[in-house]
This record gives sequence, structure tokens and C-alpha cells, in this order.
Amino acid sequence: MAAFYSFLAVLALIVIPWLGVGMGMSALFGIALPYIAIIIFMVGFTMRIVDWAKSPVPFCIPTTGGQQKSLPWIKWSPWDNPVDKKGVFMRMVLEVLCFRSLFRNTSVKLQQDGPKVGYSSEKSLWLFSLIFHYCFLLILVRHLRFFLMPIPGAVGIAEFLDSILQIGLPVMYQSDALIMVGLLFLLARRVFDGKVRYITLMQDYFPLFLLLGIVLTGVWMRYVVKVDVIAVKELTMSIVTLRPHMPTAPIDPSVYAHLTLVCALFIYFPFSKLMHMGGIFLSPTRVLPNMSRRAQWVNPWNDPAVKAHSYEAYEDDFREKMIEAGLPVDKKA
Amino acid sequence: MYNAKYIIPGILFFLALAFVPVIYNQGHVFEVKPELPKDQKECVLPTTEMRDKHMQLLNEWRNEAVRDGSRIFINAKGQKYVKSLTNTCMSCHPDKTKFCDRCHETVGVAPYCWDCHNLSPNQKSPIPPVASAAAGGH
Repeated sequence: MAAFYSFLAVLALIVIPWLGVGMGMSALFGIALPYIAIIIFMVGFTMRIVDWAKSPVPFCIPTTGGQQKSLPWIKWSPWDNPVDKKGVFMRMVLEVLCFRSLFRNTSVKLQQDGPKVGYSSEKSLWLFSLIFHYCFLLILVRHLRFFLMPIPGAVGIAEFLDSILQIGLPVMYQSDALIMVGLLFLLARRVFDGKVRYITLMQDYFPLFLLLGIVLTGVWMRYVVKVDVIAVKELTMSIVTLRPHMPTAPIDPSVYAHLTLVCALFIYFPFSKLMHMGGIFLSPTRVLPNMSRRAQWVNPWNDPAVKAHSYEAYEDDFREKMIEAGLPVDKKA
Repeated sequence: MYNAKYIIPGILFFLALAFVPVIYNQGHVFEVKPELPKDQKECVLPTTEMRDKHMQLLNEWRNEAVRDGSRIFINAKGQKYVKSLTNTCMSCHPDKTKFCDRCHETVGVAPYCWDCHNLSPNQKSPIPPVASAAAGGH
């Protein structure tokens, strides 16, 4: 049901602008909505990060996948279990760029012969997530051709590499096909694996359907209806130069559907699990070095008037009484 | 707020990314005016169709001409044209930089037509022409 409702919600986000533009509300979907979306995104994103930053995390949480730094003859994993900022930096770089946590994903299965639980390596989640995220990044970079004038060389290089197979005209982007593969796998995993389906909620299905909707409307615009890109760029440029106006040439309704879905993504972003984009940098298990046994932690709200009282001083205070009571002491008299 | 010295610059950097297009485009006027031929009023297909689908038409022309030897295109009005980029298209739109490139460069499209094709019917230089290598393409 959750999947069905998410699908319907995304469908509504396509149909509403499609019909709305037909009724002459193109300025609402083409100009007003993008501005509202970007403001909600920026304010919401910042507030969510600040909210997390206000939560105290006094101790590190060493749930790391490598050997802790210990005795010199025990081999240590400096990137999986760092003790300093340099190590944490390496761990974060590898986490953000290579998704190392997902690489450790395992699957649990009941064995066929008898009630035995078997754990096995499961790299597909890592592989398809990586495909999806990098394609999404590449598509984002490619879209800068609609937002920058003149177009920087790097965007041209991204575009050239992405269409290097020169299939069809307009040339097919490999990232368009690969992002579909990635998203469809991530969706199929939630739909067909019973254990994952059991823990999947509407907020897991909705972003997947939303992203699929964005990709499909994008593919539709480029390869099927072939929208007037000059008019589209006129609209996007008017938005980013803060002088919004509707282009004189008509724009296909699919552009507004695409734009509305993207705006929905931006609006939904700060309130959803998609905040892992910012949250990854505030994950205690990733950003804190494992030094709970190396660094002394002083309670910040200790009363400064209360001075430390060592055992030696304690013994000096009570030596006679301790000897009288027969307690062992370090220093006799 | 904890770790403000890392988080505040991080947020500011992230928010600044959204303003890159605003600052980058400052002072640029967006205007696209491909130079239209003065002596011709009609293209081989209606303007909107040409604008949206010319790349498909050229692709079909190339395949039909090269693979099937079919070199005559008849449009909906029954007018006949030779299927040729250089001889047909570029006889009315002789200057690539003032017609083709005006839109292509605006939206960052780099078609590979001129990797092989001449820029004008009268061109005597070798293929690919030296000028096109400098003017764009792959």
C-alpha cells in the first residue's frame, strides 16, 4: 500500500502541473514554485543541520569495522578505526566517495538444510547505490548547461563523456540509462525482498518514485517530444538571474512536470531521509575518532571550585586512622 | 551549537553553491538570434518541426543516403530536396557560426556533423575542414 500511495503521489505531481499549464498557470509552476522550493530547501537544510549540531555528543561511538589502535604488535586499521583527525578525514573521504559502509552490507538467509542462519556478502546494494549517486551527480553537472552562460568547459567535458557512445540523435546519455538501472534495483530490493519490504515505509518508496519520475520526464523531454531547449534555457536563465519572465516561445507541459517534480524533491528534501547528504558529516560513528581510551574526558559542567583530590592526598589525610583500622597504606608514617 | 568552526563554514559553502549561477550570470543578457536567410521564407519542414527535430531529420537523411542511396527528400507539400547538409541546408544557411552555433553553443550541444562535412558547397580544403576543428565539434 505504501508503494502504491507513493506512486500515486508522484503521479499527481506530474498530472497537476500538466493540467495546470494547460489552464494557463505556467508562471506558477515555472517561476513561483522553483523560488519557493529553493528557499524551503535552503532554510530547511540549514535548520536541520543546526538542530543536529546542537545535540551534544560527548563520547565517541566506536562501532567501527576495524581493529582499534592498541599494542604495537597488533595490526591496526587506521582508516576504519582512526584515533586522530587525519584518520577521520580519510574515513570520511572514503565513506562519501566510495560508500565503504555499504560495502560491508551482508545478507541473512535461513539455510535450506535445517534451521541454520547463514550470513553472506551482499555487494549489490553498494554497487547500485554507487551507480545511482554518481549518475545523479553527473546529471546535475550536465544540467548546469541550462543555468550558466557561457557554459564552462567542464560541463562540456561531462556532456561529451556521458554521450561518448554516440547512440542516436539527440545522442543518448549513458547516465540516463544507468540511473534508471540503479533506481529500479533500489526499488526492486524494497519490493521483492520480503525482509526489506517489511521495514519499508512510504518515506522510503516516495523518494524512489520521485526520482524515477524525474528521470522519466527528463528522458521523455529529450528523446521523445524534444522540447524547445532554447525556450527552456530562457526560462531557467530568467530564474537564476533573478529577473523572472516567461519565454515567448511555448514550452511543452512535460517541462513543467519535470520542474515540478524537481521542486517537490527540493521541498521534500529537508524533511526526509534524503538529509543523509548533510547528515553523513554529522554521523557520530563516522566523524568521531575512536579515542575513548586514549584521551581524558573532563566533564564540562564540573564545578571549578572542586579541586581534584588524589589518592596520595587522601592517604595523607587519614594515614593514622587507616593504620589503626589495619588498612594497607602505600607510605608507612 | 557544537563544532561551529566546522559546521558554519560547511553550511555557508553549501548555500553559496546555490548562488553560483546567480553570480556567474551577472550582467549577461540572454539572447539567442540565429541569422535567418533573407531570400527564403520556408525550410524543408515547418519551423517548429525543424527546431525540435532537425537532428533526427539529418540523421535519417544520412542513413538513407549512405545506406540506401536514396538522395531525394519529398516533404508534406510535395517539394523535392536533395538530402545533403552541405548542399541543401547550408546553401540557405551558409554561415555555421551565425546560424547553427548560435543555438548549439547556447545550450552546450556539440554535434559531430562537421567532423566530416564541408562548411560550404564551394569548400576546396580537405575534410575535415581546418576551420571546423577550431570552431567546435569533438
